[in-house]
Amino acid sequence: MGRDRGIEVENLVREFRKGPRAVDGIDLRVQPGEVYGFLGPNGAGKSTTVLMLTTLLPPTSGTARVAGYDIVSEGPQVRASIGAALQEAALDPFLTGREHLNLQAALHGLSRKERKRRGDELLERVGLEDAADRRVRGYSGGMKRRLDLALALVHAPRILFLDEPTTGLDPQSRSALWSEVSRLAREDGVTVFLTTQYLEEADVLADRVGIIDRGKIVAEDTPEALKEEIGRPSVEATPAEGVGRDAVVRVLGQFGEEIPAQPGAVAVRLSGGAAGLADVVRALDREGVRVANLRLDEPSLDDVFLEKTGRSLEGAGEHEEGEDMETAQA
Amino acid sequence: MSGSSFLTQVWALARRSIVRTMRQPAVIVSALLFPMMFFSINASGLDAASRIPGFPTDSYLDFAFAFPLVQASLFGAITAGSDLARDIESGFFDRLSLTPMRPVALLGGMLAGVVALGLLQGVVFLAVGLLMGVNVSSGIPGMFVLVVLTVLVALGFGGIGAILAIRTGSVEAVESAFPLFFVSIFLSSINLPRNLIEADWFRFVATINPISYLVEGIRSLVITGWDAQALFLGFGCAIAIMVLAIGGAAASLRTRVA
Amino acid sequence: MGGFFQVAWAVAGRQIYKYFTNPAFLAPALFPLFFFVAFAGGLTRVGDVPGFDYAAGYIAFQYVWALLQAVSMGGAFTGFSIAGDFENGFARRLMLAASNRYGIILGYTIASLVRATMTGALVTVIALVTGIPISGGFDLFGLIGLAVLVNIAATLFGAGVAMLLRTQQAGPLIRTPIFLVLFLAPVFVPLNLLTGWIETVARLNPFTPILTAARGFLAGDPTDVATAFAISAALVVALALWAVYGLRRAEKAG
Repeated sequence: MGRDRGIEVENLVREFRKGPRAVDGIDLRVQPGEVYGFLGPNGAGKSTTVLMLTTLLPPTSGTARVAGYDIVSEGPQVRASIGAALQEAALDPFLTGREHLNLQAALHGLSRKERKRRGDELLERVGLEDAADRRVRGYSGGMKRRLDLALALVHAPRILFLDEPTTGLDPQSRSALWSEVSRLAREDGVTVFLTTQYLEEADVLADRVGIIDRGKIVAEDTPEALKEEIGRPSVEATPAEGVGRDAVVRVLGQFGEEIPAQPGAVAVRLSGGAAGLADVVRALDREGVRVANLRLDEPSLDDVFLEKTGRSLEGAGEHEEGEDMETAQA
Repeated sequence: MSGSSFLTQVWALARRSIVRTMRQPAVIVSALLFPMMFFSINASGLDAASRIPGFPTDSYLDFAFAFPLVQASLFGAITAGSDLARDIESGFFDRLSLTPMRPVALLGGMLAGVVALGLLQGVVFLAVGLLMGVNVSSGIPGMFVLVVLTVLVALGFGGIGAILAIRTGSVEAVESAFPLFFVSIFLSSINLPRNLIEADWFRFVATINPISYLVEGIRSLVITGWDAQALFLGFGCAIAIMVLAIGGAAASLRTRVA
Repeated sequence: MGGFFQVAWAVAGRQIYKYFTNPAFLAPALFPLFFFVAFAGGLTRVGDVPGFDYAAGYIAFQYVWALLQAVSMGGAFTGFSIAGDFENGFARRLMLAASNRYGIILGYTIASLVRATMTGALVTVIALVTGIPISGGFDLFGLIGLAVLVNIAATLFGAGVAMLLRTQQAGPLIRTPIFLVLFLAPVFVPLNLLTGWIETVARLNPFTPILTAARGFLAGDPTDVATAFAISAALVVALALWAVYGLRRAEKAG
């Protein structure tokens, strides 16, 4: 494990023949054993970054070292140190799960006996023992992702790349995959580089989060620190029947600036933090303003995204081109 | 972790390509059925052609037997090429590229699949042909040589399919090349011997079309026996196409995988 | 009945507009042209076989087959687009909007004829360039008449299959039978020179008399004209019933 140096990226750039820079000079460091969440909307440059770090796409300029090896000049060493589950769950519909694992293990040079042992172990680990001898064509989306993860783990890599591992999965499959990924990081000390467009995923899994938008990293820190940076929670109150909205605005306005709220409700960003909620309740009571509903909202990573880019994460990528795989191969 | 040996890799990939083909009965059935159907219709429809003055044999069935063998190789190549293109499209190829696999092993595995399908087709067609009354003049050793030549042809076409797949990475592009291949089979001496093609331009095209020599090599074993010149040209063309196509495919792969 | 023709014109108009905005509208002519080049170019000496007596020559002999193939494929392609319309949901809207649904079949058939006229013309131009003699004169109208009937029959067949299956998978099930009917006929030599099983099949194939009569028209030597037209008309009626059956099944499926 002497060379386990995580991921170091310096000014990495990728341009495609047509269109803007997909990745526009990013710098980042991932410590060994860390789970790094790379968060951004569709088309932000997440997948292009992963393709470069996994040596599948040469960078236009800049350098990166993965497990201490240069991604351009030491491709084979990089590939031997990493496992990757890439977006489309690239599987052969006519092979079974076990056959996939066996092929992968054979290419990694495991002996026939080791292949069998490793295959059984991984199938059990991702909960596919029962489906192991069925063709992948009949697998559900969640099963395919779990097989994909197992395949990435065949050679016990120290660094794992997961490109949008739960996109399109139902909530149950999603949380099953989450617990498997955290187990890998906590128990086996695997370094995980994970891209996602889901705030919750980054929040639950990542030790640190990098927010990428239009090819640039716009913020990077622990999820807690990022949220604290925006800082303050907000409170939203819905006036009770017969109570004027103005009265509520007058009371709440003492605690911070007004922000957009649900129809009919009033919301303010608390200048004094979450502790201010008690003061709000007391003030409403004192002034005799009755409310039907009162809610405290902690800042979310979406607020962070909004603050850094001026747009909301949900739907931010909709009007942009997808991550141009076609151009990448042209 | 040491990389596996080249042969282990080729074998693992070959097994995968054979297994996936065998699990698609529709592919197998159409690979066996369509060439034989076409052969049967063509051979009976053109039976009268053997009465053209100067026709080299009195059985058009024998004459036409090269057709399904060459057509089958073409089918096999397109199937293998589009399988490879699908692997690239789906990202399966990327997954394999992340292992210590040598890119050429992937090509080897794919071509092993082509050989397996080509062998199956050659043997089945020979059996059905004999039942239909095809008479192989060069006897049992000739049948063996015939299957070998067929497999070489399949490998050559398979290499071309691989180049298309690797260069375009698109199943659609590989499949749309199919009519082109098909046309080039017809623009050869497949239906009549070259000296009986009347239109000058057609005879010229058939003479420069290497498929004519593949066809004539296979055909000589059926209608003439052991014709050294035809076999030399047939094997020469087959091996040349194979070397160029597989070499080209390997070179294309090397530029794709850094 | 007003609804019937209104629907037909609406459907035909849309289809025809679709052809001319898409450069692939001549695609049905591709295989016929290719076979014409391969057979008429490569097999001319087959015309020297003793007993091969077709006055207009081997190229003309193959041209007639290529022409009928081109118009049949025009019909098959219309079947493909009906199947596509069902798959993408357009046909459902059509079924809801049409006051008389039989008009839908007529509309597709009119559009198919327009398309077949283009593909047939393309094959003919190529054939004229390669030098087929036209000795038929007034008889050529007979050839055109048979081509129209063949196109309608193929279109109705394709429409029936497409409406029964209502997916793009209908494609091979439309194309393969049409190809078989075309090839199990005297393609390379006249019927009297066929032997063996193909002779038996060709004699039973209803397409054989149509092909023979069409070749006769081109050579200015019409033979068995009444039989050919009777068979074509019977095919059109039978396949119209088939298309209506397909439409009824599609209606039931909703």
